[in-house]
Amino acid sequence: MEFLSPPFMQRALIAAVLVGITAPAIGIYLVQRRQALMGDGIGHIAMTGVGLGFLMSANPVWMATLVAVAGSVVMELIRWYGRTRGDIALAMLFYGGMAGGVMLINLSDTGSNANLTSYLFGSLSTVSEEDVTTIAVLAAFVILVTVGLRRQLFAVSQDEEFARVTGLPVRALNLLVAVTAAVTVTVAMRVVGLLLVSALMVVPVAAAQQIARSFKVTFALSVVLGTAVTLAGTVTSYYQDVPPGATIVLLAIAAFVALTALATPLARRKARSRAPEPAECTLEVPAARPGSEDTRV
Amino acid sequence: MTEPATSPPMSGTRPEPVISMRSGTATLGARPVLRGVDLTVHRGEVVALLGANGSGKSTAVRSVIGQVPLTGGTVELFGTPLRRFRRWARVGYVPQRTTASGGVPATIHEVVSSGRLSRTRLRPPGKADRAAVDRAIALVGLADRARDSVDALSGGQHQRVLIARALAAEPELLIMDEPMAGVDLASQEILATTLREQVAAGTTVLLVLHELGPLEPLIDRAVVLRDGCVTHDGPPPEAVGQHALPGHDHVHPHAASEPVRTGLLT
Repeated sequence: MEFLSPPFMQRALIAAVLVGITAPAIGIYLVQRRQALMGDGIGHIAMTGVGLGFLMSANPVWMATLVAVAGSVVMELIRWYGRTRGDIALAMLFYGGMAGGVMLINLSDTGSNANLTSYLFGSLSTVSEEDVTTIAVLAAFVILVTVGLRRQLFAVSQDEEFARVTGLPVRALNLLVAVTAAVTVTVAMRVVGLLLVSALMVVPVAAAQQIARSFKVTFALSVVLGTAVTLAGTVTSYYQDVPPGATIVLLAIAAFVALTALATPLARRKARSRAPEPAECTLEVPAARPGSEDTRV
Repeated sequence: MTEPATSPPMSGTRPEPVISMRSGTATLGARPVLRGVDLTVHRGEVVALLGANGSGKSTAVRSVIGQVPLTGGTVELFGTPLRRFRRWARVGYVPQRTTASGGVPATIHEVVSSGRLSRTRLRPPGKADRAAVDRAIALVGLADRARDSVDALSGGQHQRVLIARALAAEPELLIMDEPMAGVDLASQEILATTLREQVAAGTTVLLVLHELGPLEPLIDRAVVLRDGCVTHDGPPPEAVGQHALPGHDHVHPHAASEPVRTGLLT
């Protein structure tokens, strides 16, 4: 437990736990809506925010939050109004955000390439006291939304058209998902980095759904998995001097592979324990309805 | 409540219509899909909307619930203009889907529960809400599988889940878009029974059908659309064979001048 003593590690571990909880918690709704890569897009946009932060000597985490939230709102608006060429518009937004970030950091006096790398791939030693406070506040918001509104967000992400007919404020909830995803990206930025944020939103969910049958269990399991891999990755990177973001993501993928391998025999056993369904045909052949044959085209 | 929900239809004076569309027009892209459709459904009626692929029947129901904006004409639900209609718990909607599953596993119970949100909105569900969800699942004969993932279901069972989801709100009006599409014979029977019970309990039904099929005995009135116009509004067409159905003529494109409808737009 020697890794608990340095203060920077304490801060890093707190950040890691919060990331491990929040990233899959919002990621599950993105996966459910089949927008698994949205987090990736927001990560790109947040780059511009980091750049702005350096240029204006403001807190890069807060600036990244502002820009990522604005970007996610624009993405949601594009989804509403520009269905036809939405993918092109999104591409502009992603790459514009990325290029803007690199440009702004280069223009600033304080920003350097080393600094940029710490945001792109995460860096534990640079998580400051101030960062931890910011991350904790943002994570509280994410948990409040994803747990408190789980029924509503489930319905909207499962079947948007149906949700609209139940009278739910679908547009507001969609915006909330987008904003929450943006906030999560900036929460996770210091630990796993902007380029790997999306992996932590998607991979634990993908791993959990290999063995879960319900949304509730998938949610709980993916948060447990997310927390386990962020903690394990953080501790590993302390001892082995490997980049934390990459370690965490590789661990998550390993968990996915392990659970996938486990899922097949598990499903087979579950099928056996359920009411035994005869393997041979027992169904009666429905009697041919008179008049149904001769009218067939 | 402004109107007595349980009053029996008086002889002579018809009760206010549950659905009332007046000269509805709608376009998809540049193509007119509805060209002045009148559609009225009275309380307790079971109305089938029939027509070939591309005739506008799906667009018509989707504009009734505000999913497709009308470019002209008006829609009223329960006497309230659609724009101001808020009491969605009175409407149960079964969209045209081949699957009830999303990108993440979910149980039948979880999917059906989302249909109750029109009543619970932002508050957590209570005892009555949970009972209604269980009842809806039992109605479609899936009570023993409520905790199973919807991914493990057959096409017909998916359709039953979608209908249970609409019934969970205990609606007065059921709107169903092709509920029998891709449904096996066993599920068709269960769906027909479920629907019969709902109709017997006084539920009003508007459903889009490609052919009358096993629901035929339930249907009071049929509205047949063709190229976005109503060509028949009255007793269901005599079903001698599938070909006897108006609107089934899409199988034989008779006039060379008529563009071939692909059905992609409905």
